[in-house]
Amino acid sequence: MSTLTLREPPPERLDLGGLTPALLASLSEAEAARLPVGTSRRGLVLGDCFGIALDGSDTLTLAGGHERLDRVGAGLESGTLVVEGDVGQRLGQDMTGGTLRVAGSAGPFAGTAARGGTITVAGDAGEGAGGALHGAMAGLDGATLVIGGRTGARLGDRMRRGLILAGAAGDHAGSRMIAGTLVAGRVGDHPGYGMRRGTLLVEAHGALLPSFAETGTQDLVFLRLLAATLRPLSARFADLARRALTRHGGDLATLGKGELFAPLS
Amino acid sequence: MSSVSGPGAGLSLHGIRVEDTFAEAFDMAGTALVLTAETAHWAMVAATTMTGFATSVIGCGAEAGIDAVLAPDETPDGRPGVRVLLFGFDADGLKGQLLRRVGQCVLTSPGSACYAGIAWDDPNRGKALKLGGAIRYFGDGFSVAKRLGGRRYWRTPVMDGEFLCEHSVPTITGAVGGGNLLFLGRDFRGTLTVAEAAVEAARAVPGAILPFPGGIVRSGSKVGGRTRGMMASTNDAYCPTLKGRAGSALPPEVDVVLEIVIDALSAGSVAAAMRAALHAATGIGAAHGLVAVTAGHYGGNLGRHHFHLRDLLGEAA
Repeated sequence: MSTLTLREPPPERLDLGGLTPALLASLSEAEAARLPVGTSRRGLVLGDCFGIALDGSDTLTLAGGHERLDRVGAGLESGTLVVEGDVGQRLGQDMTGGTLRVAGSAGPFAGTAARGGTITVAGDAGEGAGGALHGAMAGLDGATLVIGGRTGARLGDRMRRGLILAGAAGDHAGSRMIAGTLVAGRVGDHPGYGMRRGTLLVEAHGALLPSFAETGTQDLVFLRLLAATLRPLSARFADLARRALTRHGGDLATLGKGELFAPLS
Repeated sequence: MSSVSGPGAGLSLHGIRVEDTFAEAFDMAGTALVLTAETAHWAMVAATTMTGFATSVIGCGAEAGIDAVLAPDETPDGRPGVRVLLFGFDADGLKGQLLRRVGQCVLTSPGSACYAGIAWDDPNRGKALKLGGAIRYFGDGFSVAKRLGGRRYWRTPVMDGEFLCEHSVPTITGAVGGGNLLFLGRDFRGTLTVAEAAVEAARAVPGAILPFPGGIVRSGSKVGGRTRGMMASTNDAYCPTLKGRAGSALPPEVDVVLEIVIDALSAGSVAAAMRAALHAATGIGAAHGLVAVTAGHYGGNLGRHHFHLRDLLGEAA
């Protein structure tokens, strides 16, 4: 297992995008130390901030974390990347495979445009987790994003496909969703704002938009498949999918093929 | 389905004469579906409806039957289910039949859902046929796709909720149709009992179906006929009322012949089903007037698969 040990809080935001186990396995420790990671004129390289111990394996551990570590695991294609602390924004951006685990919390836009693999954040995540960057066409795009704690506003904004699990979320969860599945504990006001397609399954929610119409309490077959998919990730949410649920269809202000499931109140 | 049978050469099983001949079978395009419903009864309703009028690919477009009843823990959605097999001449013909049958018989059945019955990681997986991806047009733009666990489904709004159907289903390479056995007996009731026992044994083999009514065909056919344009006509050599004529294959004591036809997802399953049927039939044959067992072929030049009865006399390896 290769390890990058953070020596001290970084003096500026660092861009760790592309620092994947596969890349580091192809480099010597001296070569890795020269990789640029700074985002200012200071010209910081990896060796300035991290102690580097590489053994060519497909598992990389970031010992220590900090909210200034941006784009951790961005572009990950395979292997495992474990962060033993917090990370900054755009965790796992554009990743296509592999496993990314964060023991702490993540900044905004975790999992944005990630097409494959699994991202797990044990703590909280900032706003727009699984959501689209400003001006981007899509947020989460096929990956699985599991957030143990609470996320900020606009969870899964413009999400296109894939699966998001979050302990709780702020307002506008699933806003502008193109498609995909989002499961959460309590979410704030106006879930599914402007969603075209996709599924929201929540334990509780704040105020509903008037453009969501209640469609009844049918026990749809797809909920059984969803429960089976959720079971390995979260027994809590798998059980939620099998409870008696009320379905709202929306957002009827747009395409209206999305849906919001919540337990019968 | 048989036309010619070779002369006997002293084989027997459980004291019943077994002719030293072979069944000639053909490569087919085959697939399997898992149909589920709220209850086992309604899963079976969907299955029997979609496998109806599917005895012979020549006249029905497909040969289909029920392979197995599945417990809730054996189906993708945890509801009672039935696995059905469907065979056609080729993948294109099979696709057309699949769409018609699922569209008319499964989509319409209350509470039903439809899944691929062949594993996507099956080493013998062949071309995939679009199923839910075509049925979705019934949804008139209201259907939605959902990808779960690596598989893609279509959810089409219907009047009891939704019809859930997998986007596409894989065919299997190596499917074989036309394995057969003919039971030559002294009387109708006894021979029917023998054939029923053979059907029950053959149906217990996974991946094999017997598409004819109750698994049995009484109107075996030969290729062509005396009437111009007939593709097939009655197998006169085995009709008891034509005994004594030139070309009759029946000894005087045989008064009835019944045939079973087997389609399966692999040649091995055809052989296993024929072996099980042969042993079951001969096992009770003496008590029910069974005179001999034979098999039908077309001279051996039409079908690639030859199942020699000689090879099926022993127990399965």
